Amino acid sequence: MISEHLPVLQVVVPLLAGPVCLLLRRPSANWALAASVSWITLAIAVALLVEVRRAGPIIYQLGGWAAPWGIEYRIDHVNAFVLLIVSGVSAVVLLFARASVQREINNRRINIFYTGWLLCLTGLLGMTATGDAFNVFVFLEISSLATYLLISLHPDRRALSAAFHYLVLGTIGATFILIGIALLYMMTGTLNIVDLAAHLPPVAQTRTVAVAFSFLVIGIGIKAAAFPLHMWLPNAYAYAPSAVTALLAGTATKVAVYLLLRFLFSLFGPGLSFEQYLLDKILLPLAAVGIISMSVAAIYQTTAKKLLAYSSVAQIGYMLLGISLASVTGLTATVLHLFNHALIKSALFMAMGCVVYRIGTTQLASMAGLARCMPWTMAAFVAGGLSLIGVPLTVGFISKWYLILAALERGWMWLAALVVITSLLAVAYVWRVVEVAYFRHRESCAEVAEAPLSLLVPTWLMIAANYYFGVDASLTTGVAGRAAELLFGAAP
Amino acid sequence: MEALGHFNYWMVVLLMMIGLYVVIASGNLIKKIVGLNLFQTSVFILYISMGKRAGGTAPILVEGVVNYSNPLPHVLILTAIVVGVATTAVGLALAVRIYSAYGSIEEADIAEQDQSNSD
Repeated sequence: MISEHLPVLQVVVPLLAGPVCLLLRRPSANWALAASVSWITLAIAVALLVEVRRAGPIIYQLGGWAAPWGIEYRIDHVNAFVLLIVSGVSAVVLLFARASVQREINNRRINIFYTGWLLCLTGLLGMTATGDAFNVFVFLEISSLATYLLISLHPDRRALSAAFHYLVLGTIGATFILIGIALLYMMTGTLNIVDLAAHLPPVAQTRTVAVAFSFLVIGIGIKAAAFPLHMWLPNAYAYAPSAVTALLAGTATKVAVYLLLRFLFSLFGPGLSFEQYLLDKILLPLAAVGIISMSVAAIYQTTAKKLLAYSSVAQIGYMLLGISLASVTGLTATVLHLFNHALIKSALFMAMGCVVYRIGTTQLASMAGLARCMPWTMAAFVAGGLSLIGVPLTVGFISKWYLILAALERGWMWLAALVVITSLLAVAYVWRVVEVAYFRHRESCAEVAEAPLSLLVPTWLMIAANYYFGVDASLTTGVAGRAAELLFGAAP
Repeated sequence: MEALGHFNYWMVVLLMMIGLYVVIASGNLIKKIVGLNLFQTSVFILYISMGKRAGGTAPILVEGVVNYSNPLPHVLILTAIVVGVATTAVGLALAVRIYSAYGSIEEADIAEQDQSNSD
């Protein structure tokens, strides 16, 4: 009975729990509610993925109204996978959040924090699950508004200006998406993505549709922090509370990339996106320049969190690279990297959260010799860093492997070389942190102890996932491959 | 005539550009929010104009009336207006807290203060 309502429960459960959280006054109660709700959404996401793999796409009509009039949630391989990523990252990071948030955030504001977290989760899951273009905008704004709040809750005043900056750019991005949807509605008279795709071909040659396409791509590009629209990301990640950074790094940009996939492939279709609008020709150089310049920028950072933030922008570049190859293998690489990078970055940012918990900063200068005092934390960073670089047996290797395969399939040796060379840049920036933590001298470990187990266990859980899915990639590559085929095949 | 017939859309473009210009060119956080509002409002007008039909009445069931405006864009934009209000509220709240933390809402001042005790 309940199982047929899973697609909507996924979104409604955190939505209802958010305001309830605001009413609870005890921090532990807030946390318990948020964590249990998040694990419930993870369970639902797993159930949905199993069901989609067994029986194909699930279509859920909200309130029983049939599709072009009512809103429908349409879960296929692509978004079932993204739902799993979002709810999985949120569930694990919430385990981590309890101690970390208590340390970093004013205790009177903890109920607001978890309310914001649940609403952010609602928005991200809703954006992923929905099959209605306007609904995408609404959920996008729910998650964005909650994100500005979460970032600004950090006591450092620079978090405020980072949040403001993000608010301005995020609103411009969301409004661009709104304009794109308006123009599409004007031409087709429908908002349902599948229905839009069916009504688009007769009007596909008009300038209005071309303008809608550009507005949508740029708007989503801002939300995805695609180079050169990434300006909001480094500060937002660097000054947000540690747990929030781990959540955002694993989910927010990933969902935006998913939206890009959905609009490019399911709505406009590869024919229109690539052959007529030549998006691949634009994305490819931008992605390549983005990967190189952002990796280099990461090397020159003096705080570890900012270093990882710049690396995130570079990693988004790999996903865009996969899209710009416009092939099933390339798309598989993109979808795989969505999952894999979520695991990598949330693990690394959680390790940084352990550091902040003990020494209050991630400045490289203050992290000198830290590995002697916090061996497990820094070991987690090294393990995650190896995955970021793409060493075999880690998830990072799997996505780069597919990306190189896709490049070779196109016969572009230089692109395969670029992926390998930029991995070396990743070695350089990961090494900067490792060198400081392991090979610099530290006077004593008197005041710095290892992070508590409540932080270490979730961090290592995420690291373990990095290696588990690196060794046994059959599930992830299977789903990602099927998702890529679906996206290509669903073209009108 | 063509250009005049698109009067609403010209206004949308004009407002949108003014709004974007203010967001980009102004260093004052409140002015930025004003610009952002202007920018969003232009999109509201875009949606509202889209639903209008020449000679159409309000979309209410009345005997003998067959030509009425499309209510859907209006409903959609109600949602977007709510979103816009929420965004403005969050933006202004942030501006207040920035003012109490930095003693200024000028972007240049804030950047300078961050620079001077940057680490």
